[in-house]
Amino acid sequence: MSQNLTKLKYDVVIVGAGGAGLRAAVEAREAGLRVAIICKSLFGKAHTVMAEGGAAASMGNANSNDNWMVHFRDTMRGGKFLNHYRMAELHAKESPDRIWELEMWGALFDRTKEGKISQRNFGGHEYPRLAHVGDRTGLELIRTMQQKIVALQQKDGRETGDMEANLKVYAEFTVTDILKENGKVAGVYGYWRENGDEILFEAPAVVIATGGVGKAFKITSNSWEGTGDGHALALKAGANLKDMEFLQFHPTGMVWPPSVRGILVTESVRGEGGVLTNNLGERFMFKYIPDVFKDKYATTEEEADRWYTDQDNNRRPPELLPRDEVARAINSEVKAGRGTEHGGVFLDVSKRLSAEVIKKRLPSMWHQFYELAGVDITKEPMEVGPTCHYVMGGVDVEPDTAAAIGVPGLFAAGEVAGGMHGSNRLGGNSLSDLLVFGRRAGAAAADYAKANGANPVSDATIAKAADRIEAPFKNEGGENAYSLHAELQEVTHNLVGIIRTGDEIKEAIAKIADIRARSQKVSVAGNRQFNPGFHLAFDLDNMLLVAESTAKSAILREESRGGHTRDDFPGMSNTWRQVNHISSFNGSEVTVTPRALPAIPKELFDLFDIHELEKYMTPEEIAKGGSN
Amino acid sequence: MTRKLNLRIWRGDSTDGGLKDVVVDVNEGEVVLDVIHRVQATQMGDLAVRWNCKAGKCGSCSMEINGKPRLACMTQVASFDEDETITITPLRAFPIIKDLVTDVSFNYKKAMEIPAYEHPTDLAPGAARMEQVDVERSQEFRKCIECFLCQNTCHVIRDHEENKKSFAGPRFFIRIAELDMHPLDRIKNRKRTAQEEHGLGMCNITKCCTEVCPEHIKITDNAIIPMKERVVDIKYDPARMFSGLLRREKRD
Ligand code: SF4
Ligand code: SF4
Ligand code: FES
Repeated sequence: MSQNLTKLKYDVVIVGAGGAGLRAAVEAREAGLRVAIICKSLFGKAHTVMAEGGAAASMGNANSNDNWMVHFRDTMRGGKFLNHYRMAELHAKESPDRIWELEMWGALFDRTKEGKISQRNFGGHEYPRLAHVGDRTGLELIRTMQQKIVALQQKDGRETGDMEANLKVYAEFTVTDILKENGKVAGVYGYWRENGDEILFEAPAVVIATGGVGKAFKITSNSWEGTGDGHALALKAGANLKDMEFLQFHPTGMVWPPSVRGILVTESVRGEGGVLTNNLGERFMFKYIPDVFKDKYATTEEEADRWYTDQDNNRRPPELLPRDEVARAINSEVKAGRGTEHGGVFLDVSKRLSAEVIKKRLPSMWHQFYELAGVDITKEPMEVGPTCHYVMGGVDVEPDTAAAIGVPGLFAAGEVAGGMHGSNRLGGNSLSDLLVFGRRAGAAAADYAKANGANPVSDATIAKAADRIEAPFKNEGGENAYSLHAELQEVTHNLVGIIRTGDEIKEAIAKIADIRARSQKVSVAGNRQFNPGFHLAFDLDNMLLVAESTAKSAILREESRGGHTRDDFPGMSNTWRQVNHISSFNGSEVTVTPRALPAIPKELFDLFDIHELEKYMTPEEIAKGGSN
Repeated sequence: MTRKLNLRIWRGDSTDGGLKDVVVDVNEGEVVLDVIHRVQATQMGDLAVRWNCKAGKCGSCSMEINGKPRLACMTQVASFDEDETITITPLRAFPIIKDLVTDVSFNYKKAMEIPAYEHPTDLAPGAARMEQVDVERSQEFRKCIECFLCQNTCHVIRDHEENKKSFAGPRFFIRIAELDMHPLDRIKNRKRTAQEEHGLGMCNITKCCTEVCPEHIKITDNAIIPMKERVVDIKYDPARMFSGLLRREKRD
């Protein structure tokens, strides 16, 4: 440990400055506490800015029949009823307030004719429900909260003379450990990415809001930050992860050129009339309509085409099936040799829409393809394929408080938390999730910090954390983190990717263990100053724990549901629906154990048509009619 | 198709540094950020560069490419001649931390100096009504990805450290304009404070900021010039001063 280690004291420390982290910070500061926000990138760059579609909230501005119960039903259906009912309920009830709140902080959403917040249609939502700003809703969310943080700082400045006295952002900082004393959270430890200098943040309450894990996979829409840091930090601090087998592969990521592989092509391209074809020119989605959806989707091209102009008398085109269905269909076409030269399929809007309309309705897509791939989508088709987009699994939390179960003082919100989305997330439910549970985590962390007070960190704990940071420089002749990372991505992509089999997962588990063993000896060139190889050494460790949890959960679940598809168990099983998979870590390996999914109470059970529930629940559950 | 590309990358820190020549493979369709990453992975493991989204949406990868302020993730290698050497340097207006990474904290300080949005106190949640045409003016400015390329290029601060104290810069002129044009914001004197406290008067409308903006925000035409015009009106209209209309300047 360095002699002049900087030690800072806060009431609440937030790890992550995306939507959930910032919302938590606002809440904790407004509760009167001193708050630190820590992020790996510059302030305002978090992955939340990439969200395009919108934030789902049943404000009923576009259709007055919408309300929280309809939203709750859609969310549970989307998650194939594996969601924690209480999280889905809170989310559906509170998201309208969270959106209106943003408006009171200065957000400018697109408007309806009456001047209300406009709401758009999106896959899986019964009514137009997504509040949006063109195709840059995530940016609006981040900017609004960033500016709200500044507003709070200005208030502190007026009162104390120091704008950063009670709320401060520590940008470009990596957290390497969550520290505990006497079984409770005591703070976090980490280093400045700029120069490697270490800081100890002492705080009784820590909120993890670190987002996703996509970088553990080869093809992903996530930025370099999505390395599962919070998942791993929580595991190592003694918390559990829930249902890590569920990953959402977005059906349409760019596949060419290689440098942009994985970057998202928004769902709106299909919504606006984009058609998927294989290398034979065949519009293949008609072959992949599952039985449960047979009556809702068009079976001929003629009907599908008519839907765009007359939605009341025609069924939707099969390109608009849920994300998991489309992703699997594309995967099958490519595997069968009917893919494009670069391993994708064609997505074409140029035949249906005029160049002018394309540029107006899909401005950022036109730009993205023109500037990044040299493709003019008003004239030629795009090449697309599935990309790892979102992890439904995450920290096992108490629904009402976002408290991590088993670790007093630890909270988790946003993508890093598990349970809300069950086995599959609906588009638009992510931004609202950040707001609802970010706020709850901030409030509960503040309550906890007030009730418990500081929990001082011992020298021994500090020394251990400091040693860990020094380790990669001490290892000589070890492997390089870049190549181990590439190897891990190959394994996850090939063996625990979008379609899995028992044998492949077994192989993955062995290979991940091997990479993990070798990673303990990773060595780093250069010094601590802004050294990407050094940073990757820590990220790699996190991704390995995530990949191990995913593989070990996936091998147990012998069914296919949402973001988990087993070629050897293709059907969905009503008994498997009653099971959550809980990953825990003993310091050397991850263990996964089954746990019963909390049963849905009667008042929520009764919101559904019994015949619908019969598709998901066992006869005993149906007979019981709810848990109370 | 892979070919060789000659790159010249600035390497060093706040004390010392210089251009280093490297030859690196480049594939069809790649952008400058890709080749920087290839250099990092194969030849200079500790080359420092900022980036996040690789899609022109986060504004992290700002640097100067052949002297022009640009986003590295949105600059196609193919936009240069095949035998041209591409020179990559850090943003010039901000202090260097290491290699291509600069200290942009100036911008975050300026952000803190601009009074925040204030919502009408009598509006209940969800009660706000605004016309699409009225929000669109501010929405243009809210497209800003905070790449700070405009700040970097503006001659008022590019080579004039001494001006930084009193000049917020184009990124924050559009922030003020956005709030000024916000249909509901309660703060009434934003144009005047832009002039008096944030250095709008130092801008002489060269439009260089607009030219480099990757979001194509019309910084000068839609934010700076309208604010300057209104400031002139307000300052020199004695009738307004006397009738107390100043407090309502925002509404016009
Ligand atoms: S127009 Fe004004 S703000 Fe923009 S670059 Fe020129 S002097 Fe700077
Ligand atoms: S106004 Fe344009 S150039 Fe300036 S910071 Fe924003 S996006 Fe970048
Ligand atoms: S990496 Fe985000 S703008 Fe270039």
